[in-house]
Amino acid sequence: MTLESKIPTGNVADKWTQYKSSIPLVNPANKRQLEIIVVGTGLAGASAAATLAEMGYKVKAFCFQDSPRRAHSIAAQGGINAAKNYQNDGDSVHRLFYDTIKGGDYRAREANVHRLAECSTSIIDQCVAQGVPFAREYGGMLSNRSFGGTQVQRTFYAAGQTGQQLLLGAYSGLERQVGLGNVKMYARHEMVEVVKIDGKARGIIARDLVSGKLERHFGHAVLLCTGGYGNVFYLSTNAMGSNVTAAWKAHKAGAYFGNPCFTQIHPTCIPVSGHYQSKLTLMSESLRNDGRIWVPTKQNDERHPNDIPEDERDYYLERRYPAFGNLVPRDIASRAAKERCDAGYGVGQSKMAVYLDFKYNMMQRYGRTEASKLNIANPDDETLTRLGKEVVKEKYGNLFDMYKQITDENPYETPMRIYPAVHYTMGGLWVDYDLMTTVPGMYALGEANFSDHGANRLGASALMQGLADGYFVIPITIGNYLNKEIHTKPMSTDHEAFVAAENAANERIKHLMGIQGTRSVESYHRELGLIMWNKCGMARSEKGLKEAIAEIQALRADFYKNVRIPGSINEFNPELDKAGRVADFLELGELMCVDALDRNESCGGHFREEFQTEEGEALRDDENYMYVSAWESKGDSWELHKEELKYENIKIQQRSYK
Amino acid sequence: MSKLMKLHLKVWRQKNTESAGNFEDYKVDASPDMSFLEMFDVLNEQLIETGKEPVAFDHDCREGICGMCSMVIDGRPHGPKQGVTTCQLHMRSFNDGDTITVEPWRANGFPVIKDLTVNRSAFDRIIASGGFISTNAGNAVDANSILVPKEIADEAFEAATCIGCGACVSACKNASAMLFVGAKVTQLSMLPQGKPERQSRVVAMVNQMDAEGFGACTNTGACAAECPKQIPLSVIATLNREYISAKMNGK
Ligand SMILES: Cc1cc2nc3c(=O)[nH]c(=O)nc-3n(C[C@H](O)[C@H](O)[C@H](O)COP(=O)(O)OP(=O)(O)OC[C@H]3O[C@@H](n4cnc5c(N)ncnc54)[C@H](O)[C@@H]3O)c2cc1C
Ligand code: SF4
Ligand code: FES
Repeated sequence: MTLESKIPTGNVADKWTQYKSSIPLVNPANKRQLEIIVVGTGLAGASAAATLAEMGYKVKAFCFQDSPRRAHSIAAQGGINAAKNYQNDGDSVHRLFYDTIKGGDYRAREANVHRLAECSTSIIDQCVAQGVPFAREYGGMLSNRSFGGTQVQRTFYAAGQTGQQLLLGAYSGLERQVGLGNVKMYARHEMVEVVKIDGKARGIIARDLVSGKLERHFGHAVLLCTGGYGNVFYLSTNAMGSNVTAAWKAHKAGAYFGNPCFTQIHPTCIPVSGHYQSKLTLMSESLRNDGRIWVPTKQNDERHPNDIPEDERDYYLERRYPAFGNLVPRDIASRAAKERCDAGYGVGQSKMAVYLDFKYNMMQRYGRTEASKLNIANPDDETLTRLGKEVVKEKYGNLFDMYKQITDENPYETPMRIYPAVHYTMGGLWVDYDLMTTVPGMYALGEANFSDHGANRLGASALMQGLADGYFVIPITIGNYLNKEIHTKPMSTDHEAFVAAENAANERIKHLMGIQGTRSVESYHRELGLIMWNKCGMARSEKGLKEAIAEIQALRADFYKNVRIPGSINEFNPELDKAGRVADFLELGELMCVDALDRNESCGGHFREEFQTEEGEALRDDENYMYVSAWESKGDSWELHKEELKYENIKIQQRSYK
Repeated sequence: MSKLMKLHLKVWRQKNTESAGNFEDYKVDASPDMSFLEMFDVLNEQLIETGKEPVAFDHDCREGICGMCSMVIDGRPHGPKQGVTTCQLHMRSFNDGDTITVEPWRANGFPVIKDLTVNRSAFDRIIASGGFISTNAGNAVDANSILVPKEIADEAFEAATCIGCGACVSACKNASAMLFVGAKVTQLSMLPQGKPERQSRVVAMVNQMDAEGFGACTNTGACAAECPKQIPLSVIATLNREYISAKMNGK
């Protein structure tokens, strides 16, 4: 099968507009006859389900949490980008497009990214109309801040809880459609199999997590909005339940997996503190607006950070990247932190941490402004700190509280200790311009697809992508497929394909339950995570990746011999749910290493030690690797297909933030 | 590394909605730096290793935002500390040798599914009855054409931070859901975008709340005291005011 990205012809700035107006439509009467399955109710899924239902389609939506409002999107902190140019600082759709392509280290599709930038402005309008309480200025206008990899202020936010507010907006739209009877919601349900009839996606098998029963659901099209797979690393900033299962089943059923090794390691997370640790907590990138990152200039400096004088601090990001300073993109900031810690300059008990310090901006930036507002001439340090603290509290209060809660240290007084952690996966199911996977009728939206972020995602652009996909892209592009399906009657779930898919899922579950070995699911997950972090994490090498592949294969074999899952199948059994997810991670982990091994270059978050500049920056190989890797599942192995990337509007350069 | 604490747990075990439940006793060693749920992970690992069934409990984000975790700890929803969820509670809030009792939310509107897991779908149905602004994707005006004074935006935001956990219901002796409903009604009725539907919204939500079997409010204030997001009691006053005014207008 050849990969067809179906990118419309024409000027990049006009493609989407022209395409939208030329796409075949489905008339309202026909829409009511067409059923769409939406798996996942995060920003991508909730916005898609609500919008498709508003348009008249019959929608069934699924999530594994007890309510659609709890999808992992709820945890997003810092903000959402949009090219509104409300700050009059020179922003534009083109600039957002350019920043995103460059931030992705020239491994994303131009046409998709341009469309994303175009949709960004409508997202903010839509959210405000829904009652999303974004932060505002005294004049009543929306407020903005900066995120990494950009030099404008285009990030909209609601304190440190932007994801929560956006998701609750999308969720309210979804529940409105549930109330109107246009969406049927299945919470505590997990998709465990895809159903294909005559090569097209026609439904799913879902497991009711309360009763343990398998159910068959028909749809004329299936949308996977199931989020990212960062939890393959065990420790990540993702929610505990985030998983790859839905995407993986789709992959096994014929959907190619795009750029699986492109993982984002976020520079500012609370460091690991003990072996019992179950997850890592992000400290939003927005903190880098006001926090300065440093380590002591002396190795193994044991002094309290507040006792280390200015001239013995190394603000290494400001030193190495004067143009962007603390706001370099995430991949660069993460590697720089690792470099300092590996060289012996790390801080804290484990020495695997650096400082994120707010003191300077608290006093000099906010303290001074507040003092001058209050007409205090020559304020002393104490006054500056007191006044500045109030401003910082308003901007980041909940993050500071969270930090204190976890570490028992007060970040208003002592710098935060932070270290990089797995955060986001740029890779995902390969999709064409319509967001369709290589299985006709099956789509992937949001973090679950590979589409817009290349090898590194810029901050505040995942929320933007999820909502663009759901509110503005899929409602249009799905017409391209469904207009040909108006004569397809809903199919009976007694069809042999449904029976076969259900049997396959049933056999798999029975097999897992039947092992009754000695080791807990958790212990396998933890071990897999360590392999991935050490050998397919922030730095990768040919040797390490080859070892990792062998280790994962061995671990997987052991899992199927020795795992112990308590309880039974037909009941509420979270251990069984987890076992199914870990089984899929044990396969995905191998593919990630295979992909990382194939890519003999460094780009964005993918850093191969063999390929770096003298200064330790990522060394791309555009001649040989300017492609999207799309992997086809061949049972126990994979075949690589390449989608060549063409840059017609942006000049490719060595990425520089200096 | 800090010293391990020896803890004695009394945990509610209940096979499913229909069966009766009972307390079981367990012993766990925990580090003060662990979160309460990580302590439960350790307990569950122990149970699995010895061939017993682990305790089922809800959780997902483990950072206080998804609203999934829900344990009544020593009689208090989300435990002894103010303004935190169960997942954000750390073992340093307890002492070596403590006995800790852990139960599920208890309320008519929230039937137990298993052990510490309950069914909170009633909250979704309340939102579906009216907890939204009726707008379709595509028909919004430019965001900055709706000006919202900062104080109003901030207050709406405060109310909107409710995570839908249900601790308020669990804390209330009448199992009332007024704090949860009040938070949403307050957020939407304060904003200019929410005003057109404010009367029909409040009536629909209150009707659904009653239909779900949540009790009446007798102004005890236990809900706000236990709310991990510190949603203030004033949202209940707003809810009452909005409801009465809607009723007077014949809604
Ligand atoms: C801590 C944190 C902070 C972040 N902050 C920001 C930020 O400030 N700005 C930004 O732009 N991005 C941020 N991100 C990234 C962003 O939040 C996510 O990429 C985005 O929310 C993903 O949305 P989604 O809709 O694709 O998936 P999710 O929100 O992950 O939703 C997945 C959905 O799929 C369902 N699901 C999964 N598998 C199955 C299955 N097998 N069966 C049924 N249902 C299933 C789940 O129940 C859920 O409803 C942050 C991420 C983290 C971890
Ligand atoms: S009002 Fe508070 S206690 Fe009640 S659901 Fe919301 S966050 Fe939870
Ligand atoms: S697990 Fe999400 S709030 Fe506790």
